[in-house]
Amino acid sequence: MRLRILDNGHSFGTKALFAFIRTVSRQPVLDVVKLVNYRAGFYGGPMSKLTQEAMRGPSAWSVGDRELMAAFVARASQCEFCVKVHTAVAQGAYGGSKDVPALLSDVGAAAVEEPLRATLLMLGKLTREHAVDADDMRAVLAAGASRQQIEDALAVGFSFHAITRLADAFGFFVPGPKAFAAGAKYLLARGYR
Amino acid sequence: MSDIKQAQKELQTRILEGDGRASASDRRAAFDNHGLAEPLRTLVDKVALNPLRVTDEDIAAARASGLSEDQVFELVVCAAVGQATRQYDTALAALETAAGKK
Repeated sequence: MRLRILDNGHSFGTKALFAFIRTVSRQPVLDVVKLVNYRAGFYGGPMSKLTQEAMRGPSAWSVGDRELMAAFVARASQCEFCVKVHTAVAQGAYGGSKDVPALLSDVGAAAVEEPLRATLLMLGKLTREHAVDADDMRAVLAAGASRQQIEDALAVGFSFHAITRLADAFGFFVPGPKAFAAGAKYLLARGYR
Repeated sequence: MSDIKQAQKELQTRILEGDGRASASDRRAAFDNHGLAEPLRTLVDKVALNPLRVTDEDIAAARASGLSEDQVFELVVCAAVGQATRQYDTALAALETAAGKK
């Protein structure tokens, strides 16, 4: 973590919470948790509320679909930390009904419904090129995604276009698989609140 | 039909207009990725357009220019949320062109 305040500038109560998390999970506290709990009134609070709505609010997309979109955006932005977290959450949410790594490495060839495939391709372009045009949207609509589904996917995109940038800029530490598994378990059970 | 518009507005209002250690004008400039002087300009531009390229030196240069860690924290958050907002707005406009006005 490139800013010391994000590692150890938290309030006494938050530090106690981190100690509790370390004891219960027997894993280090993930840097994203440290970020959203640092001066939470500034960024973490409002952003968590938004992300909870995008990832767990009412939508025709399943939780697994939206976690897959998050992992897909993370992969398109080469954010290793976010790819690992959200791949694990998507796998947990799908319960083995989709091959998440295969979808991330070749969405064109992997087995997946056409509306979701087209939506992922659009999100990937938006992530890489910072823009999409009306033809890109026509392709997603033609594949069978509804307008509302596209808007819901763009909400996921908004969250992760911000979060991946912060992970890179602040230099999130990438721990071992057990720490990500613990984080994924928490996000599946509790969401982003 | 998740609706993030309200939450998005709250987030943006908070980081741009709420209490902060960085000036409101610097926060706005970081959000817009426009109108900042070096070395902040380079840091903010990388956060917005090429975040993998951010280095320890970029953060150190911003600190050496007189910014506290809290100010850097706020300005990087503004830069990230600003770029995410532009991408979201661009995509929604493309959707409206493709599907017609709501």
